[in-house]
Amino acid sequence: MVTIENLHKKFGKNTVLSGVDLTIADGGIFAVLGPNGSGKTTLIKSILGMVIPNKGTITVLGENIKKKSNYRHKIDYLPQIANFPSNLRVKELIKMIKDLRKPTNEDERLIQLFKLEPFLNKKLGTLSGGTKQKVNLVLAFMFDSPLIILDEPTTGLDPVSLIRLKDLIKAEKTKGKTILITSHIMSFVEEISDEIVFILEGEIYFKGSIQKLKIKTNQPDFEHAIASILSDNDV
Amino acid sequence: MNHFFRYILFFILVFISYLVQCQTIQVCKSCPISSLKTAISVAKDFDTIVVKKGTYKEHDIIVNKPLTIIGKNYPVIDGELKGEIITITSDNVTVDGLFIINVGTSYTEDYAAIRVRESKNFVIQNLVLEKLFFGIYIEKSRDGKVFHNKIIGDAVEEYNSGNGIQLWYSKNIQIEHNFVQHVRDGIYLEFSDDCLIKNNVSALNVRYGLHFMFSNDDTYKDNTFENNGAGVAVMFSKRIKMYNNTFKKNWGTASYGMLLKEINDSEIIGNTFEDNTIGINIEGSNRINYKHNTFINNGWAIKVKGACYTNKFTENNFLYNAFDIAYNSNVNDNVFDKNYWSSYTGYDLDKNGIGDVPYRPVKLFSYIVNRTPETIILLRSMFIDIIDFSEKVSPVFTPDDLLDNNPQIKKLKW
Amino acid sequence: MFKILKYSFYDLMRSRWSYVYFAFYLLLGIVLLFLNNDLSKAVITLMNVIIVLVPLIGTIFGVMYYYNSQEFTELLLAQPIKRSSIFLGQYLGVALSLSMSLILGLGIPFIFYGLFESTTIWDFSLLLITGTFLTLIFTALAFNIALSNENKIKGFGYAILLWLFLAVIYDGLFLMTLVMFDDYPLDKVSLIGTMLNPIDLSRTLILLKLDISALLGYTGAVFKQFFGTSFGLIVSFITLTVWVVLPVFRIVFKSKKKDF
Repeated sequence: MVTIENLHKKFGKNTVLSGVDLTIADGGIFAVLGPNGSGKTTLIKSILGMVIPNKGTITVLGENIKKKSNYRHKIDYLPQIANFPSNLRVKELIKMIKDLRKPTNEDERLIQLFKLEPFLNKKLGTLSGGTKQKVNLVLAFMFDSPLIILDEPTTGLDPVSLIRLKDLIKAEKTKGKTILITSHIMSFVEEISDEIVFILEGEIYFKGSIQKLKIKTNQPDFEHAIASILSDNDV
Repeated sequence: MNHFFRYILFFILVFISYLVQCQTIQVCKSCPISSLKTAISVAKDFDTIVVKKGTYKEHDIIVNKPLTIIGKNYPVIDGELKGEIITITSDNVTVDGLFIINVGTSYTEDYAAIRVRESKNFVIQNLVLEKLFFGIYIEKSRDGKVFHNKIIGDAVEEYNSGNGIQLWYSKNIQIEHNFVQHVRDGIYLEFSDDCLIKNNVSALNVRYGLHFMFSNDDTYKDNTFENNGAGVAVMFSKRIKMYNNTFKKNWGTASYGMLLKEINDSEIIGNTFEDNTIGINIEGSNRINYKHNTFINNGWAIKVKGACYTNKFTENNFLYNAFDIAYNSNVNDNVFDKNYWSSYTGYDLDKNGIGDVPYRPVKLFSYIVNRTPETIILLRSMFIDIIDFSEKVSPVFTPDDLLDNNPQIKKLKW
Repeated sequence: MFKILKYSFYDLMRSRWSYVYFAFYLLLGIVLLFLNNDLSKAVITLMNVIIVLVPLIGTIFGVMYYYNSQEFTELLLAQPIKRSSIFLGQYLGVALSLSMSLILGLGIPFIFYGLFESTTIWDFSLLLITGTFLTLIFTALAFNIALSNENKIKGFGYAILLWLFLAVIYDGLFLMTLVMFDDYPLDKVSLIGTMLNPIDLSRTLILLKLDISALLGYTGAVFKQFFGTSFGLIVSFITLTVWVVLPVFRIVFKSKKKDF
């Protein structure tokens, strides 16, 4: 699905990614983990073409993404902070994104799922953080693309919505989609992901299943496994 | 008593008409006398010559006896570009109703359509002059009238064209209701005193609409000077009265509504200066009273150069000029009082119609433009507004006593 | 691009600030025309407002809109849309909505005043055209500044500085240069100096159309040729267009290289 070769990225003097090689197979849920500032978001944004790499190639579905934009038709993306134009109404935003990408009816089901009907005519500026995140989720899931990238999807969600989100992700997985997630909620990651990609100081420190991680770090549970990586590397 | 007068009057009229009728000489193509020259040579003093419609190819016509020459239906006197056409050398001559064309051009002699030389009591009226060099040339003459003439030249350059109406060493001449255009100077006075120039229109002339040199005690009023090459120049003269004239559209590099040079003790009242590069350009002129004039949309309403003392500018309207007053020095001996300035921004708290803060008509920018003319390109820039404002608050470069202490709040009406 | 333009435009047309801006011009137009009653003076006052205020508003709005819509821009960047379309769309959205406020705000009072019957319509149209040009230029410059500065405060600072420089300081330096070198022929220098600043250029362009132009021709042959013929008008318009095109090109260029 996604192949990354020798990816380098610097912001000024600050090296964020130094030679990342990563292959993400078709189908399954991949969690991208790492401490703050390890380059998770940069990696994801590189895949989306929002960050331009200094070196290296990225291919999505067999196509080199350099200077292209059309491949993004095949990606659904949930950004970390959803801050929409405050004068727009929820309904209008959804309509607009559909207008920009392609027509779909999936949004109606998602709106029902997250109980957004009462907010459809409200301006985005007046919504709470959680509601905004739900709108964000509707926008991300409504296009049925083969690759879904979720940056901190759980932010601001109430427990009920969180359960709905998990169900949704699992359902997408059963459709054979590839899902990339970053999250700080370890329990969420553990519950949902098939494979972990751990980034440390701009390089892939570990890639494999949670089981493999536990064995590698010699820890009984996932949270401790992560913690041991961090303490071993003085982060 | 009354009856007696009527009786006398009747007799006088009969006598006069008899006199006139009897001594009228007809000139026409089929008449016994078919040229003006012949008519003059056979005429006796105080005869009337009537020229009928037709074209008469004549020049160098000398009128050397007191005659009245009247054209019927504008007969054409065609000089065929051979030189001067009519020269009057006698007193009491009247020329009326001729169409005079094709005056010869010369670089050594000032050929005129009609010249009056050393004569008195002449009347020149209702003439139409075209294709001319000089139009009406009056030299060393006095007590004459120049009325209702139309002078249309085709001058392009200064050096090979002449003036419309020229006075030289003449006295007490009345020039009224003439229409002069496309000549060098519309009306030119040199060494001519006590003349009245009234109700004329002088437009589109190559140099000046009106040109005054060394002529004193003259009055010009109700004239219109429009679109002339340089405007109107009044130089080296004294006691000139200029009333209710209009100076318009004298736009151009060295152009002005009026140029005053070495003019003393004169009055400039009720004139309108509109759309001129410079409304009045003043050099070395003293004791002039400027009153009730209106300056609209000029580049500079008044530009003062050189020494000008004790001039008074009162109750004038200054409307939307780029610069109201320009001075090239910071010494001022002139008085500005009770004028209306459209760019005045002060207030009138006591509601007496006079602004409570004095107005400074000289802007710093006008001083800068005087020094470096190219800076004019910054006209109406915000930076210029700022420096003008700071100069207004504390004058450094402009005369700090140049103030109108009683600026009017409303436009003046007279 | 047009979709982005459409949405940015609608978004802005509904914002409070567009109304304030619109209302300001409406009021200004009404006051100048109906309380003052002198059309030529009104045009000159409008010119002063336009050459000072339009660039300021364009710069501030441009920078503000860019920073405010940053997250939304990121959302758009993840969509299958070309970068240049996103930024050009947003830029045109801001510039056009500002121009709309200007044109309608001043246009409506003029229509009610019965402008179409007066000869001032050309002076007035020229005012609106240069106002629109200035909006396009300064919004583009603002976008350039914002694209090059992640830091909002810095971006705002540079934007205000840019305005201050072009509106005031430039003319001060310009004036000083002219006065200092007044022994040399300066007409060409001063024309070039004018071309290099869009505010000065707009000011001269409007002055050209007013009767005052002959005043500028007063100083010499080069000025006379420039201000006295349509040559000056054509050159000015071409230069204004260049002033729009260059920053817009830089928006495209810069946006392609930038990380979000």
